[in-house]
Amino acid sequence: MKLASRHLLGLDGVSHDDIELILDTAVTFKEILNRPIKKVPPLQGKTIVNLFFENSTRTRISFELAQRRLSADVVNFAASGSSVTKGETLKDTARNIEAMKIDMVVIRHASAGAAHFLTKVVKANVINAGDGCHEHPTQGLLDMYTLREKFGSLKGLRVCIVGDILNSRVARSNIFGLQTMGAEVSVCGPSTLMPLEIERLGVKVFHHLDDVLPQVDAVNVLRIQMERSAAGLFPSLREYHRFFGVTSERLNKVNRPIAVLHPGPINRDVELSADVADGPHSLILEQVLNGVAVRMAVLYLLGLSE
Amino acid sequence: MSNAILLQQGRLIDPSNGTDRVVDILIENGIIRTIGSRVEPQEGCEVLACEGKVIAPGFVDMHVHLREPGYEHKETIATGTLAAAYGGFTAVCCMPNTNPAIDDESIVQFVQSQGKKSNHGIVDVFPVGAVTKGRDGKLMAPISELVQAGAVGLSDDGAPVHDAGIMRRAMEYASMYDVPIIQHCEDVPLAKGGVMNEGETATRLGLPGIPNVAEEVMLARDVMLAEFTRARYHAAHVSTAGSVALMREAKRKKIGVTCEVTPHHFTLTDKEVSSYDTNTKMNPPLRTQADVDAIKEGLRDGTIDVIATDHAPHSLDEKDVDYIQAPFGIVGLETAIGLAVTELVETGVLTLTQLVEKFSTNPRKIIGKAIVVAEGQVANLTVFDPSAQWTVDCAEFHSKSKNSPFNGARLKGKSVAIFNHGRIFINEHYSG
Amino acid sequence: MDTTQSIIDAKGFERTITRLSHEILERNKGAETLGIVGIRTRGDYLARRIAQAILEGEQVAVPFGTLDITLYRDDLRGRLSQPMLKTTDILYDITGKNIILVDDVLFTGRTIRSALNALMDLGRPASIQLAVFVDRGHRELPIKADFVGKNIPTSNDQEIRVLMAETDHEDAVLLITHQQEGDAQ
Repeated sequence: MKLASRHLLGLDGVSHDDIELILDTAVTFKEILNRPIKKVPPLQGKTIVNLFFENSTRTRISFELAQRRLSADVVNFAASGSSVTKGETLKDTARNIEAMKIDMVVIRHASAGAAHFLTKVVKANVINAGDGCHEHPTQGLLDMYTLREKFGSLKGLRVCIVGDILNSRVARSNIFGLQTMGAEVSVCGPSTLMPLEIERLGVKVFHHLDDVLPQVDAVNVLRIQMERSAAGLFPSLREYHRFFGVTSERLNKVNRPIAVLHPGPINRDVELSADVADGPHSLILEQVLNGVAVRMAVLYLLGLSE
Repeated sequence: MSNAILLQQGRLIDPSNGTDRVVDILIENGIIRTIGSRVEPQEGCEVLACEGKVIAPGFVDMHVHLREPGYEHKETIATGTLAAAYGGFTAVCCMPNTNPAIDDESIVQFVQSQGKKSNHGIVDVFPVGAVTKGRDGKLMAPISELVQAGAVGLSDDGAPVHDAGIMRRAMEYASMYDVPIIQHCEDVPLAKGGVMNEGETATRLGLPGIPNVAEEVMLARDVMLAEFTRARYHAAHVSTAGSVALMREAKRKKIGVTCEVTPHHFTLTDKEVSSYDTNTKMNPPLRTQADVDAIKEGLRDGTIDVIATDHAPHSLDEKDVDYIQAPFGIVGLETAIGLAVTELVETGVLTLTQLVEKFSTNPRKIIGKAIVVAEGQVANLTVFDPSAQWTVDCAEFHSKSKNSPFNGARLKGKSVAIFNHGRIFINEHYSG
Repeated sequence: MDTTQSIIDAKGFERTITRLSHEILERNKGAETLGIVGIRTRGDYLARRIAQAILEGEQVAVPFGTLDITLYRDDLRGRLSQPMLKTTDILYDITGKNIILVDDVLFTGRTIRSALNALMDLGRPASIQLAVFVDRGHRELPIKADFVGKNIPTSNDQEIRVLMAETDHEDAVLLITHQQEGDAQ
C-alpha cells in the first residue's frame, strides 16, 4: 500500500485508489481517536514543521493533534503579516528548515502554488494545508470522508458547493476529489463569485438555491469572506444571506433531508442559518473529528514513504 | 586583416525590393560591393559558405528591455546586445521602463552611447522614449526633445497610458513627428491582481486571472483615438483573438495602426502554467489555443506586422519565488528565430519572405530605420539557417538572465552571423 | 526443492486448542476475570477458537477482541510499501482484566513486543499472558510464552506455517524446509 506521490499538494490528479487508501486508512485512525489513550507510535522520531503564513487556528490545531497522536515531534512556525508573506522569505524559511533536518512540512500560504514551489526547494515531504485560492486537499478529504461515512459511498452522490467558488480552495479540492470518486458535483453562488469557465471542470452551475436543492443529497456551504463585499463582488451581506444563505426554510421546501457541511468557521446567519448549523442534518462537528483522522492517515502514509 | 568577405551561394531575401534568389555577395569595408549569381573570391578575401542559408536585411527586435540604467543585475546594454547578436538581430528597440525612465534626452543619449560602446556597436540600440514623465500616465514627457535625441517611438510600456485624454494629447503631439506611440494594452482595473490568463486553467489552478477583455478594451479605445487623431499607433504584444480581430478591422478601415506579437504568444498556451513554473508568467499572459490559432492567422494574413520578443530579463532569485510573487516576463532574443521558423515556417503559416518582413522590413518601416540590401549600401545583414536543428540550453544564453520556458526545446532555425557597421559577428554556437 | 512435513493435523489441532483452553482456565482459576485478544490475522482466529472452547467447557462467554499491531511495528520505516492498516476491534475495557494475548507462531518476539505496547495504549490490564500455537525458538527479545501448543525447534532455513480453516481450508501445522540450490546436488 503506497501513495503515488510523496507530497500531497492537491486532489487534482490524485487517483481513485489513492483517495480510497487515504479514506480507508482514516477509518483505523478514527477508531484510535475514540480510545482512552489516543496515541500511536508510527511517526516516532519524525519531525514535522507546520509552516503557517496565514492565520488558521483550526487547521493548525487539527494537524498538530494528528501529528502528536502519531508520536511525531512538532514545530510550529506562524508567520503572518505582509512582510513575511513575500516569496523570498518563503524560500529562505524553507531552506532554513531543510538545514534543520525536518522530515515533513505542512504549509499554509496565501499564494496559489506555494506548496508546489516548496517541493522544488526542500527535500521533505510537503503537505498543502491551503494555498491561496488553489487547493486545501485535507479539507477536501475530510469532507469526502464525512460524506462517505454518512452515505456509505461517494459514487453517484450529488453534492452542491454553495458560496464563493472563485476564492475557495475548499471548493476546488472538493470538486476534484468528489469527481474522481464518482460523485456529481454542482456549484451555486453569485455569478461574480464564480470563476470563469468553471463548468469546464465538469460541474453544473446554479445561481438560485431553490433550483439546486431538490437535486442534491448534500450541500457544502462555504464561508463568505466579509471583505469580498467591500471588493464589490456582491452588494451586501444582508443581500447575500437573503439570496444565497442556506436556511431551514429553504431546506424544508425539499421533502427529504439534505446533509449540511461547512468547513468553518461559520458566519452564523450569513451563509448558514444557526438552526441549520446546529440542526439534525448538520455534519459540521463530525467534519472536525474526521479532520484529525484524515490528517493522521495522510501524515502516516506520507511519513513512512522514503 | 582583410576588409573583404564573400558570402557564397546564400538565398538573399529582401521583401523591400522583392528579391528572392541564390547569390554571392561581396562585402568590402562594410559596404556591399557586388551581388551576383557567381562572384570570384579575390585574394585574401574571406569566404562564408551560405548554401541553404538565408541572407536578409538585418533583423530588428522592436521590443526589448535592456534594464540599463537601474536594473543592471538583470541585464546591461552590453549583455543584452550580445544576446541580440547571437539571436541574429542587428538592432533592438529598448523600452523606457528603466530607472530613471527614458523620459529625458540625457537618458536617450546615455542609452545610445552605451549601445555604441557595447560589442563594438554591432547591434544598433534604438531607445523608445516615455510617453509621460516617469511613465506615470500624468504629464506628457518632453516628446520633441526625446525624438530629436533619437527616440524611435514613444511608450510607457508596462504601464499603459490609462487616461484617454492624456493618450489623445500624446498622440496628437507625437503626430508632428514620424514616430509611433507604442502601447502595452491593459485596462488595469480589469486585470488587477491577475497573474495568468483568466479561464479554465486559472480556475483549476486557483490563480487570479487577466481576462482577454482587459487587453481588448484598451486596444479598441486606442484604435478609435488613432482614427480620431490620425496618429501612428503600434500595439505591443497582442495576445488575444479579439485583439487580432480589432486590428484586422482597423486596418480594413485604413487607420494608421500596426501591431506585434511575441514568439511565446504564438507558441505556448496557458496550459503551460499548470506546473507553476514562473517562467510561464508574462504580461500579457499566455492565452488559449484559440488565441494562438487566431494569432497565426493574423500573422499569415498580414494583420500582425511584426514579431518582437518582449525580451524581459529577470535574475534567478527574482523568478525563484512562488508564482504570484514572481515578476512578469521572459528573455526572448536568443530563441526568437528558432521559435518563428519552427512554429510558423515549418508549419506553413509564413513563407521565409514573410518571416523576413516580420523581423526586418515591417518593424524597420515602423521605427523609421528602413534598409535595403543592394550594391553600394552598408551591409546590415542577418544570415540564418532555417534548417538548423538545435536544443535550447538556457545556461548558454548570453543574456545576463536565463528566465525562459523553452529550456530543452528542440527547435529548427538558427542565426549564423550578422553584419553591421563594417563588422561581422559569427554565432559560434551554430554548427552547420 | 522445498520439503514439507506435516507436524499437526486437523485432529491434533483441535486437541491442542482444547488443551490450551484448559491450561488457561486452570492457571486463572476459571474464566471470570479473562479477556482474550488475538493478533491479526491468524492469532485472531485462534483466539476465537479458544474463546469458543471456554464457552463450551465453562459456559462463560469471555470478552474477545482483535489487535492490529501495524502502527507499532519496528520495521515500518523504509519499506517500499506499507502493510494495509486494519482496525483494532476490542469493544471491552481491558483495564483490570487478565488478558490472554494469542498469536499463531512465536519467533523473534518482535510482534509480541509491538502487541504489548499496543495493548498498554488501550488500558491497564491486571496481567497479560501469552498463548501461542507454536514456539519455534530464535528469540531476539526476552519474551516467553505462558501457554504453548507445541514447541518445534527449527533452523533458520525452515519455516512454520499454521493453516486454519477460516482462511486456508484446513487446520494444520506445516514445517517447510527451504533447500539451498547448492545443497540439492
